[in-house]
Amino acid sequence: MKNHQEKIIEKSILIVAFSTVFILFLITLFIFKEGLPFILNNGLTRLFFSTNWSPSDGSYGIIPMLIGSLSITFGALILGVPLGVACAIYLAEFSSKTLRNILKPMIELLAGIPSVVYGFIGMIFLAPVIRSYFGGPGLSILTASIVLGIMILPTIISISLDALLMLPRSYKEGSMALGATQWQTVTGVLLPAARSGILAGVILGMGRAIGETMAVIMVTGNSVKVPSSFIDSTRTLTANIALEMGYAIGEHRQALFATAIILFVFIIILNILAMKIIKKRRI
Amino acid sequence: MVKIKTVNLNLFYGSFKALSNINLDVKKNQITAFIGSSGCGKTSLLRCLNRMNDFIRGVKIEGEVLIDGKEIYKNVVDLTNLRRRIGMVFQRPNPFPLSIYDNVIYGPKVHGINHQENLMEITKKALSSVFLWRELKNKLNDSALDLSGEQQQRLCIARLLAVHAEVLLMDEPCSTLDPIATAKIEELIMELKKKYTIVIVSHNMQQAARVSDYTGFFLLGEMVEFGKTEKIFTAPKDKRTEDYITGKFG
Repeated sequence: MKNHQEKIIEKSILIVAFSTVFILFLITLFIFKEGLPFILNNGLTRLFFSTNWSPSDGSYGIIPMLIGSLSITFGALILGVPLGVACAIYLAEFSSKTLRNILKPMIELLAGIPSVVYGFIGMIFLAPVIRSYFGGPGLSILTASIVLGIMILPTIISISLDALLMLPRSYKEGSMALGATQWQTVTGVLLPAARSGILAGVILGMGRAIGETMAVIMVTGNSVKVPSSFIDSTRTLTANIALEMGYAIGEHRQALFATAIILFVFIIILNILAMKIIKKRRI
Repeated sequence: MVKIKTVNLNLFYGSFKALSNINLDVKKNQITAFIGSSGCGKTSLLRCLNRMNDFIRGVKIEGEVLIDGKEIYKNVVDLTNLRRRIGMVFQRPNPFPLSIYDNVIYGPKVHGINHQENLMEITKKALSSVFLWRELKNKLNDSALDLSGEQQQRLCIARLLAVHAEVLLMDEPCSTLDPIATAKIEELIMELKKKYTIVIVSHNMQQAARVSDYTGFFLLGEMVEFGKTEKIFTAPKDKRTEDYITGKFG
């Protein structure tokens, strides 16, 4: 009897576990089913060889959005990586254990704040400041880069911190015993030793930046044109899908799904890269 | 000539007294061995000599440690320079996860030598002194982690020679090595004695007897007996030393 019960529980847990994977599979299937016809009918040229996105005229050039996505991601990394890595170094090597135990959960909490809140703060506080100091509309690549740079901090910090904390004590001792200062130890031994973990954190942060939608819609201005400077407004691939899917029909709808396929492949590649790097690290 | 001297040295971990009243003279260009069972304080004492205990929370040190007649705890001491002079080899070989070349030049670079030619010269000299140069001269850019345990330990010694250490503190340097590798490292230690003062911690009594000139026997934080190695091993004065050496405990 007991045995029977165990078996039922075991099987049902198995089903639950597989259902999540199955849902992922369904999502993938759905996106490809909706988007692939557009790519098969037109090739990738219609998406990639035009800077004009004007669904009513039948032009579906995603280049402006691609430039928007990439420039914002790049900007977020410029801000987020140095800050995040510096923070991880401080927590791993310089802060007291008590302080680390207080700060680390708080930083992880940052990841749990809904992105609409970040977007709201960016829109209300940051955009006016940027408008008055740099000019332009305020809702811009720069604003979005700053907001996203802060949003990817928890990812970069916690993964870099784990990488640094996992290093054997003997590296640090060996370096200190040679007369190196703490800072020399960090830059000369610990950072190179943890570099693959830190790089993985950066890649995952990058994935988060590319995929972010809500905050980005609120702070970029969403104009469909190739931006000419970092204070210009722009639109990202994700924002484009979110903004237009509600009323898109026919070819327009297919083109949006094709954009989703491109994003999907991009994110998968980034994640595989991050996993490979994490696995490859040696201790 | 006395290179290192401790006067009434006491060490506490919180309220636990790990070393009590250690008075020790380490002679220059000689090999001094600390023996005793684990937890007797020999490693703690070793780490007092280059102030590596500073990194452990709750450590309190009383008494004096003099290097070349200069106290290293009470005076304002340049710790960077102290640790350069008093190098340390650890129980488990701990090369940095960098190339062989970068491991050797790490110390010199930290101490401000940046000239490429000099660094190559230093590397050659340091690796030659530990008899690694011929094996490794064409593999300097390979990862140090790919070396065998014995080669790694030699490399760790070479790192110290590259910064012109005067004293080599060795904390059971052969405990993770097989007997053949151990014999080779011991041979190297005897060779290095000509130029360096060596203090070696070992819980292998035969090793202490083989390599050292002076031996100190430690028990529960006390230095029970200190003297010429052959005296300690053939005619110990203290009953406890005799019991340990003849294998009655430990």
